[in-house]
Amino acid sequence: MKRIYSIEDACIGCHLCEVACITEHSLSKDPIKAFLHEPERPIPRCTVEELNGGVVSLSTTCRHCDEPDCLRACISGAIQKNAEGIVHIDREQCVGCWSCVMACPYGAIQRNLERKKANKCDLCPDRQSPACVDACPNRSLVYREGSQK
Amino acid sequence: MNYVIVGNSVAAIGAIRSIRELDQQGNITVISREKHNVYGRPLISYLLGGLINEKRMSYLPDDFYAQQRINLLLDSEVVAVDSKAKMVKLAGGDLIPYDKLLLATGGDPFIPPIEGLADKERVFTFTTWDDAAKLKGLAPDITRAVVIGGGLIGLKAAEGLNLLNKSVTVIELADRVLSSAFDRPAGKIVARKMKANGIDVINEDTVVRIEGEGGEITGVTLKSGDFILCDTVIVAIGVRPAAGFLKGSGVEVNRGIVVDNTMQTSVTNVYAAGDVAEATDFFSGQKNPMPIWPDAYTQGDVAGIAMAGGKKEYEGGLAMNSIEFFNVSTISMGVTNPSNPSEYEIHTYQDIQNYQYRKIVLQNNRLVGAVLVGNVERAGIFSGLIKEKIDMTPFKQNLLLPDFGFINLSKEIRNRLFSPQGKAVDNGKRAERAVGH
Repeated sequence: MKRIYSIEDACIGCHLCEVACITEHSLSKDPIKAFLHEPERPIPRCTVEELNGGVVSLSTTCRHCDEPDCLRACISGAIQKNAEGIVHIDREQCVGCWSCVMACPYGAIQRNLERKKANKCDLCPDRQSPACVDACPNRSLVYREGSQK
Repeated sequence: MNYVIVGNSVAAIGAIRSIRELDQQGNITVISREKHNVYGRPLISYLLGGLINEKRMSYLPDDFYAQQRINLLLDSEVVAVDSKAKMVKLAGGDLIPYDKLLLATGGDPFIPPIEGLADKERVFTFTTWDDAAKLKGLAPDITRAVVIGGGLIGLKAAEGLNLLNKSVTVIELADRVLSSAFDRPAGKIVARKMKANGIDVINEDTVVRIEGEGGEITGVTLKSGDFILCDTVIVAIGVRPAAGFLKGSGVEVNRGIVVDNTMQTSVTNVYAAGDVAEATDFFSGQKNPMPIWPDAYTQGDVAGIAMAGGKKEYEGGLAMNSIEFFNVSTISMGVTNPSNPSEYEIHTYQDIQNYQYRKIVLQNNRLVGAVLVGNVERAGIFSGLIKEKIDMTPFKQNLLLPDFGFINLSKEIRNRLFSPQGKAVDNGKRAERAVGH
């Protein structure tokens, strides 16, 4: 399946992947509305990590594992892997126990504390390629066929 | 091929999925003494407390069994296994033949002999959907409950009852709650949160007598001599592998069902997985029953593959728990409270007032355990480091950082996890360039 990979040396630490992710998962899909006017700002599903004020940076995201540890740890069945291989969370079913946060070795599941729901990459089902990848100004993020690791 | 699976929780589901990956034709029969389709067993406290409705108990859509072409026998208890004739016997006398058998019956709550317990009506255990439903149904009549046992099950039962505005007292024999999965400071934080929400927690004491006339409970007397007023008692001391039906089967049972690394028991064609199995521990390689949800899934997966003729080995179970108590998140994994601390290197950070705690346990420079309370973000990075047995020598000083991440590890590790294959470049030029600004 196609997965998102991250090229550390190309990352400029701009966080545009996070902005694009928030925008894509907002109600309006408009960045200004998403950030300033919507009642709830989505939590970015990719995480830009930085060190030394951004000298080293990298965007990390879900690997959509073949045998997802998050799925196995999920106590409610909210996390499933669909026929295309996309690991997704049913937000209605999630109880916010954070077992998936405990299990994911990629640190790729976020906590929405307000809603008590786990949050993770869904590979942007409404798009040809994920919003974070399209937004990356230096092609540090690539979307292509490849394995989990 | 006739596959028979005894038990219908997450180990069974792991097995069904892996059998069906390798064998779409074989007959699969699932037998469960419970009357429900697979459900999120740890959710029973959520159900009791009214945090979720019955519909959300379902772990999978109801059509799962039909889609996987499962012959599902609910409300049916297996009372014996005849491994020579390759049959299991149901309580009603029916015999079901198997070619490959999986025993995934989980655990039975342990009820110690307590004076006055036997004839009382409102003594409950708390491990099944029906346990929770019974308690919930009786809730209008419950005023005060005593929970015997301050482990995960006991505390979650106490929380559920508290959410129904019941007065609850937890009585724990050890000097702290959660003594098996957590260490002292973490137990303290959780106890503090329970107390702040009105739950009484009594340590280093136990119930010696349940008081009352006939079937009715008026209270419990403790070893210390104290008397606690109550009308309901929940026994949550622990669970034991549900393996009683294997007497005479030839299947070897030690503390749990003895299995090899393909989850096969001492009897050919008979497998075991989940809480009932005595599976390999990740660190020691020793065999222990480990009642951990994700491991039950994985054991079921491994067993299913073997049953369908494939090959896969169980890599050993790593104990881990993620539980919230009144919105305080707690995660523990691996070795959290070593009995011989001098052999370990332990780093901690604590802010008990704000329900924050972090403990990192290393052995020979490898991460072997962690406890996180409050801020549990990205805790799984630690579980990955434990499983991969990464040498932490260069990164140790970073492990307690509140925003610890891959950036605090090496570039080699980051590339291995996140870079596109063949694109893992490491020329260090970018860092030099940036420093030159």
